Parts: sequence; C-alpha cells; structure tokens
Amino acid sequence: MNRLLRAFGKTTLLTWDMLRFAFRRPFEGLALLEQMFRLGVRSLPLVGLTAVFTGAVMALQVSYTLAAYGARLYVGSFVSVAIVKELGPVLTAVMIAARVGAGITAELGSMAVTEQIDALRALGASPVKKLVVPRMLALIIMLPLLTILADSLGVLGGLYIAVAEIGQSSEYYWSKVREFLTIGDVVSGTGKTLFFAYFIGIIACFNGLEVRGGATGVGRATTNTVVAASIAIFISNFFLAKLFLFLQTSFGGGLW
Amino acid sequence: MSAAGSTPAPGAAKPLICLSGVEKAFAGRPVLRGVDLDVLPGETMVILGGSGSGKSVTLRHIVGLLKPDRGVVRVDGEPVQDLDEDELIPVRRKVGFLFQGGALFDSMDVFDNIAFPLREAGWDEERIAARVPEVLRLVDLEPDVARQMPDALSGGMRKRVALARAIAVNPQAILYDEPTTGLDPVTSTTINELIRSMQRRLGVTSVVVTHDIDSAFKVGDRIAFLCGGRIAFLGTVAEARTTTDARLRAFLEGRPHEEFGTC
Repeated sequence: MNRLLRAFGKTTLLTWDMLRFAFRRPFEGLALLEQMFRLGVRSLPLVGLTAVFTGAVMALQVSYTLAAYGARLYVGSFVSVAIVKELGPVLTAVMIAARVGAGITAELGSMAVTEQIDALRALGASPVKKLVVPRMLALIIMLPLLTILADSLGVLGGLYIAVAEIGQSSEYYWSKVREFLTIGDVVSGTGKTLFFAYFIGIIACFNGLEVRGGATGVGRATTNTVVAASIAIFISNFFLAKLFLFLQTSFGGGLW
Repeated sequence: MSAAGSTPAPGAAKPLICLSGVEKAFAGRPVLRGVDLDVLPGETMVILGGSGSGKSVTLRHIVGLLKPDRGVVRVDGEPVQDLDEDELIPVRRKVGFLFQGGALFDSMDVFDNIAFPLREAGWDEERIAARVPEVLRLVDLEPDVARQMPDALSGGMRKRVALARAIAVNPQAILYDEPTTGLDPVTSTTINELIRSMQRRLGVTSVVVTHDIDSAFKVGDRIAFLCGGRIAFLGTVAEARTTTDARLRAFLEGRPHEEFGTC
C-alpha cells in the first residue's frame, strides 16, 4: 500500500515535470516524429489485425447466438456500436500497452541500469525532456488515430461476415451502421483513448526510469507496466464510459 | 582519522571541489558518515576504497546526481546540494563524469554521443564537426571511429569515447568512476596513461575513484582512503606507500581488517 501511494506521488511529479518540459524550447520535433513512427506507425499491423478479427467475431456471434431475437438484421448496428464505443478503444489501448508500454519500460530501464539516464543528467540534459516528453506526446497523438483506424477495420470485419456468411448486402449493413452509430459514439470512444494514452505512457516511463537491479529489474518493471497499464485502462474505461454517457444524456440532442 | 586534513596542500589555491560533513544513507543504511575532502585545482585526487565503501556515491554527490542527507558539497564555490536540475547544468558543464561502463547512448553513433553535450550547450553544427575529431584525437582514437555504433567497440575504446564525450565541453574537472574496472591489464595501463595525459595536456582537475591500488599509485597526486563512511587517510602517493595507518596498510596488502566490515 505504501509502495502504491509512493508510486502515485512519483507519477504525479513526473506528470508535472512532463508538462513543464513539453512547453519548453527547444522543441524536440525530430525525436517526436521518430517516436510517432516507432510507437504508432509500427503498431498498425498489430492493431489492424486485432480489430478486423474482433469485428468479424462480433458479427458472427451476434448473427448466430442472438438469431432468436431477430438480431441478425442488426449486425451492422451491434458491431459498429460495440466496436466504436468500447472494443476498438479498449483493445487498441491494451495492445499498445503490451507492445509499446513494455517497449518503453524495457528501453528506459536498460538505459537506467547502464547509467545512461545518469549520463544524460551529467551531460546537462533532462531525461524527462529527452525521453519522456517525446514518448508521451507520441502516444497521445497516435493512440486516438490508431483507434479510429481500428474502429474502421473492425466495422469492415463485421461487414465481411455479414456479406459472406449471412448473405446481407453491403448496402443494408451500412444502412444499419448509419442508423445506430452517432458522432457522439465516435467522440466518446476516441476521447477515452487520450486518457488511456496518458496512463500507458506515464506508467511505462515511470517504471523504466525507476528500474534498479540489472536485467531482473528490467524484466520485473516491464511485466509491471503491462499489468498496471492494462488494469488502469479497464478500470478507467468504466468510469469514462459513465462520464461520457452522463454527458450524452445531459447534453443530448442532434449531434449526440 | 589519522591524517585527514593534516597533509599540507600542494600550493595554497582555493579548492575546486569541496565536500564537508557529507552524510548519505540508503534505505536507512548509512554509507557516508561525514566525508570531508578538498580537491585543489589541477591535482589528481584518488579516492581509494573497497567495494561498497561509498566511493562512487561520493563521486555522484559532486555533480548532484545524488543529494547528501547532511553536509555541504561545493564546486567552484557553488553549493551543489541546494541546486535543482536546471541550476545544476552550469556545474555539470564544468565537471565531466566518466561512468564505469562508459554509459554511451547506444541509440547514437560515436559522433552523436560526443556531439550530445555540445548540442545541449548550444554549439552550432560546424563547430561540433570540428570539435569531435579533435577530442577523439585527444583520447588517442582515430576520427574514423565517429560513425561506429557503441556496441561495435571494445571495452577500452568505449571508455575512450566516453572520456572524449566528457571532455568535449572543456570541463575544469573530470570525475572517473572505476576507470580500469573490467579492463585487461594492458588496456588498464593505457587508460591510466590517458588520465595522466588529460591532466598534463588540459590542466584539468581529476578525481579518480578506484579499488585498483596499482592504478591509484600511477595516476594519483594525492590519495584519500574511504573506510567506514569517512576519509580514513589523506596524503600524497609517497605518504600512502609508507603509511602506518593500520586500515590502509591492510587494504594495500590485501589483508582483511576488522573495520572493513563497515567499509
């Protein structure tokens, strides 16, 4: 419990440092682009594959398991709303926590145990500015984009099943998607990923910078990042869903 | 405290690095229990001590990588312990630090490693391109290693590159953390010679932390022996060789001593 509180305190401080350095010149544009490529673009195949198959399996389950309720006609609605509101954002975030979060912790952790973090400081540079800020910004920019892509591919996965297995026309599938899916769903689904990106980034960077104890320490920290970031994603997702539902019902109307 | 502070200083200059009453504990275990040490401009001070005696911890205090629990650390008059990371930058430009394993950034080639502190200090690329081969030659490396990656270099070469990086911004002092640990005897000798040549050619002040007695006698002007969290002996190399201090004698001869348990 004590350790958990200390970790909360330290990540808050790291967040503050990150915000302070993010707006300080010189802006590390090249480092940011490099991270956006490494963390974001390189994750495309993984995220895309996950999304297509999730959309497809959703369509399959809806049309067979819920067939008795006449759900088969509404495959497009079920799949698109589930993917865009929940599965797309959460699964993408979890995959990124596993691929990118673990990578960040392992990289920064190895730098810590080989004294490269201390060397940065000794050479008059800030590890937060040089390492944390570009990774955090890259995650916060790329995760929503990856999620939008995952949403699209997930809905397409559903379309394939609807057409190939159930024999719907693609026009019909799309009409059901458009009938139920609102801009509000897209905004709330994608908006959540900004928070997920923050959690993944801050947990991964913090665990990496704090590594002690050689290769074992790096291994432990990496595992911890994936576990802690995944938990943070699932728990915060519930509360964010509540928040966005509250916003949608309170300020409902045309757009929502 | 047989001879601490009693050795007449070579010259009467103001110390460049000054530690007084430095105490540091990790997780409740005291490592430094009041270290007092003055390092004069231009001299090579060797901090000798066993493993876990707090040598590297002492060294890290000088550039503010660690903050003392109690006591004062001054570099060129600046109270290092009171400075935050931003205020420490000018101090760190004055004092180069050679890490034990070199701590080269393995994502960058040799050129970018050496250019790193220069870019941080705001040098333009033209000056950097001229400076990198210059410092590589100072550490007896050919400029053509500049495009190699650190993991392609031998341990000795990596130390040289790290030294080149540490001296790139023309520091007044260089701190060496176990410079010969993990190197073969021949490479150790060349690194020892390099430390001496840095002092000769650049006139820098050096602090060398080591448990390698041979290296200590070769590179040092003065020797400080760290034992039990304090400086147990301070004197010139000649004085160290003929010391009557039981703890230092035991250390030099490789015999155990009852107080080493606390070292």
